[in-house]
Amino acid sequence: MNRSLRPLAATAIIFLIAYAAAAFQFHGLVSTRVLGNFLTDNAFLGITAVGMTFVILSGGIDLSVGAVIGFTGVFVAVLISWAGIHPLVAFVLALAVAAAFGAAMGAAIHWLKVPSFIVTLAGMFLARGAASVISADSIPINHEVYDWVSQAYWKMPGGGRISLIGALMVAIFVLGALIAHRTRFGANVYALGGNPVSAELMGVPVARTTILIYMLSSTLAGLAGIVFSLYTQAGYSLSAVGVELDAIGAVVIGGTLLTGGYGFVAGTFIGVMLMGLVQTYIIFDGTLSSWWTKIVIGVLLFMFILLQRLVFRAQAARA
Amino acid sequence: MEPVLQGRGLGKVFGAHQALQGVEIDLFPGEVHALLGENGAGKSTLIKILTGAYQPDAGTVVLEGAEVAFRDPLQAQAAGIGTVYQEVNLVPNLSVAENLYLGHQPGRWGFLNKRAMHDGAREVLATYGLEIDVRAELGSFSVAVQQIVAIARAVKLSGKVLVLDEPTASLDRAEVERLFDVVRRLKDRGLAVVFITHFLDQVFAIADRVTVLRNGKLVSTQAISGLSRTDVVRMMLGKDVVFAHAPAMTEAAEAGPALATFAGVGKKGSVQPFDLTLHQGEVVGVAGLLGSGRTEMARLMFGVDSADTGSISMGQPLTLRSPRQAVAAGMGFCPEDRKVDGIFGELSVRENIVIALQAKLGWFKALSRDEQDDIAGRFAEALDIRAANHDMPVRLLSGGNQQKVILARWLAIDPKLLILDEPTRGIDVGAHAEIVRTINSLREDGLALLVISSELDEVVAYSSRVVVMRDRAMVAELKGAEISPQVIVQAIAAQEGAAP
Amino acid sequence: MKLRVQRLITPQSIALVAVLVFNWVLFPGFFSVEWKDGRLFGSLIDVLNRGAPVAILAIGMTAVIATKGVDLSVGAVMAIAGAVAATSVEGGLSVWAAVPLALVAGLACGLWNGVLVAVLDIQPIIATLVIMVAGRGIAQLITQGFIVTFTDPALIYIGTGSFAGLPMTVLIAAALLIVTTLLVRRTALGLLIEAVGVNRSAARFAGISALSLLLLVYVFSGFCAAIAGVIVAADIHGADANNAGLWLELDAILAVVIGGTSLLGGRFSIPMSVLGALIIQAMNTGILVSGFPPEFNLIVKAGIIIAILILQSPVASRLFKRA
Repeated sequence: MNRSLRPLAATAIIFLIAYAAAAFQFHGLVSTRVLGNFLTDNAFLGITAVGMTFVILSGGIDLSVGAVIGFTGVFVAVLISWAGIHPLVAFVLALAVAAAFGAAMGAAIHWLKVPSFIVTLAGMFLARGAASVISADSIPINHEVYDWVSQAYWKMPGGGRISLIGALMVAIFVLGALIAHRTRFGANVYALGGNPVSAELMGVPVARTTILIYMLSSTLAGLAGIVFSLYTQAGYSLSAVGVELDAIGAVVIGGTLLTGGYGFVAGTFIGVMLMGLVQTYIIFDGTLSSWWTKIVIGVLLFMFILLQRLVFRAQAARA
Repeated sequence: MEPVLQGRGLGKVFGAHQALQGVEIDLFPGEVHALLGENGAGKSTLIKILTGAYQPDAGTVVLEGAEVAFRDPLQAQAAGIGTVYQEVNLVPNLSVAENLYLGHQPGRWGFLNKRAMHDGAREVLATYGLEIDVRAELGSFSVAVQQIVAIARAVKLSGKVLVLDEPTASLDRAEVERLFDVVRRLKDRGLAVVFITHFLDQVFAIADRVTVLRNGKLVSTQAISGLSRTDVVRMMLGKDVVFAHAPAMTEAAEAGPALATFAGVGKKGSVQPFDLTLHQGEVVGVAGLLGSGRTEMARLMFGVDSADTGSISMGQPLTLRSPRQAVAAGMGFCPEDRKVDGIFGELSVRENIVIALQAKLGWFKALSRDEQDDIAGRFAEALDIRAANHDMPVRLLSGGNQQKVILARWLAIDPKLLILDEPTRGIDVGAHAEIVRTINSLREDGLALLVISSELDEVVAYSSRVVVMRDRAMVAELKGAEISPQVIVQAIAAQEGAAP
Repeated sequence: MKLRVQRLITPQSIALVAVLVFNWVLFPGFFSVEWKDGRLFGSLIDVLNRGAPVAILAIGMTAVIATKGVDLSVGAVMAIAGAVAATSVEGGLSVWAAVPLALVAGLACGLWNGVLVAVLDIQPIIATLVIMVAGRGIAQLITQGFIVTFTDPALIYIGTGSFAGLPMTVLIAAALLIVTTLLVRRTALGLLIEAVGVNRSAARFAGISALSLLLLVYVFSGFCAAIAGVIVAADIHGADANNAGLWLELDAILAVVIGGTSLLGGRFSIPMSVLGALIIQAMNTGILVSGFPPEFNLIVKAGIIIAILILQSPVASRLFKRA
């Protein structure tokens, strides 16, 4: 089997076993209603994780996404609730700001030759700080578009509902997979993660690709921020704290190599679902406490880091 | 016939080091041109100038009669000059087809046309006699296949000149044959192929002409048909000195008692098992071309790599799993690549000198500042290390002084056995002589030394015994009057299978 | 002696003085220190007191970064140590047992990180991510999800007490600074750690055991994080698994970077990192006392990182050379 498929297969198998075991215990888990909620509840995380997949595939990391979600939420809330701007216009403006922010980080990573982790750390402080400066309090959003979107759904057989934001996440995953596997940009991202020196020698436009990667990640984080504000009907500067860790976790558990070059957008989807399953299981169980989520995710993370170490050791030894 | 690519009077200076000087080279369509020379001879500098990675400080590059100045390898590639390096410069995690097409993928409506890419890749590789699953990850194939893919990419994008930089270094015999088959096909297509290797057999098997560089200068370019193996080795290793009268030998091994015995020590894929005993007060020279296993032998002896056969004893049996154990037993090692394995660039001269002794003493028996100054001062004086002061970072020193610092580091632990891998490479003439003098005086002090060098006249001058490495095996041991440049050259050049 | 004075004048100390003077301009009472109830009070003391936890983290982080590593888990380890200390005293243990237990927890986390980095050879940023993610869950498991408050006077004394007029936290940080500095500079540890950070391959050739040194620095970092965790818990009289030490790993890394230790490993200075921690805290306090909303802290911190990155970048060094 293709080496990079092994962690993905492991994720899929673990998910299936976990889901089967959980479903065996709680029959309620097997319903389109649970599935629909699954998608809606994890929408903002999933959208963020798609962007993070690209960053990690290229061998980088983006610590700023949680802060960008928070910032976008506040920004959108201020535009709509304080300035009276139409939500759709506000969305476009927010995405543009997020994109510019990501592009600036990508440019800094490329030209200042600093590890992405430090640059995006500064980005995290900046975005979180800017959001807090605009408003330290939660700003409620009351607008008919918000009411409409949060009510919009498609009915599934069995009484489940696919909400608009749940569907949006699925669409982003499909789009992300297309970009990763079917475009030049996608190939360039993998090439950068595989061997940046070779990639440059082979004519990959390193500067442009790096900027685009972080732009994509920030834009998707911005979109996630909008989704989060739709979900909570408010913008709050301290929302989505730590989401970067969840997103990184979902990407790694989804079988993407943290050092870059190997992985799939589809794997990230399973990763997000697996993390959602852990959460849902704990809620269903009722006796287990919420902190088990973090511990289980930490254990999964550790298992996958170890698994990847084993699968890719031969290659590392040869290099 | 017109040469397709010419280098005229090429020169390149790095800092104070003249890496290349007045080198001329002509490449004709349909020829395989071998480029030979030891490390530091200027091969890679020349290649980097021809392929646009460096810009020459002197001279010009002429492509099909027109002077060219490439800004980077991509430009040279677009103009027709492709390069394949020893470390395959592709992306291992992408598929074979993607590697062939990266940067030039066929597309449709903004999306990649994967089918066209796979069909194209299959077609291209078929012309090289390679039928593989082009959708599979490149890294899952052998290095030989990766090399051929790299060649296919370079030829597809360039098509006039192909530079192969040590493509065979990590291939086995069958794989080399396969690669040569590809090279012959390209030659028939009219490409000029530059082939860099340090395996003589391969030069004679594939090359039409050879150009030999030494110390950044052109030694000669000749048709292979008029040359013997000995001629080629002589051009690479010795000036004319090699065949001048050999200097007086150090009095035939009046060495002391045996100090260290290596019996049947070897490692699969690295060095075949060898036997070697070192005595107090003797210098054993190691001769052999690059890739002959000479460095690998030293790494086994110092515990850098662990041997999988044989036994080592120094008074008592020794198991070496790391250099730490070798140091504890009284060994020191000056590695070939000073920058990577030797110096701590940011640390001071003083710290670089005391570090091995300090490591040996352990965490808590710290050398005081005064002791450090004393040790650094003593050895800096003994070896004539020229540094403005001992607190300056060692990276600011010249290569020769850096080498002396590493030597001082080992002398500070008062070693019994010292291994020097190419101690005089990349060092100016003055420092060169001093290091040779130091080797002699250490021998007189009763140390055992193992010195690897590609400077034959030098090996002859200080060795009381010489072992010759070829094809990853020890093939000869010369003593006393046998030690002469001619004998060494013959042993190195001897055909595989023939008696040394 | 003259040389000593010169060594005190560094970009870091100038920056600290500048921040302090700036604070003084914004808030004229900044330098006033008064003696009340047997201890010192004032903004300056506050800077020292509030800066102590990050300073303690930075001490451990410096050694890790010197080996070319990074420890992202220290914030979570703080939460674990605080949780252990708080639940132990609440469970009836004396402070003499509770605090060592908390420190052992920190050492264990450090050992875990060290094994992943040194033995399994996993990139430090990835290896320490595991505890960063799972650590707060473990802390909550220990506290069973509550904020465990305690009234043990001895434990509270560690966080809020004073000795000879100075806050305990400051004394603990100072003691740790002095002991650690002496330890790395009077033994060979400092030199050997720097050697491993500068060139791991050359270190191997010189007979240095990088493995045990790497284990040591991560264990030590876990130990420092545990001390900081106990202090923070003692300060608020309780263990808050969710918020104790949140994002402090980033402040600690920033302090080390401001202190001039390169993220690429090598030369390090623990006192300078502590100075870096004080600069960060002086800014935090300055923003507070001068009436700006505390949210500006983050923006100022981001500004500092950006400034340092630009100053250290190859682009800037090329510009300087030309000038």
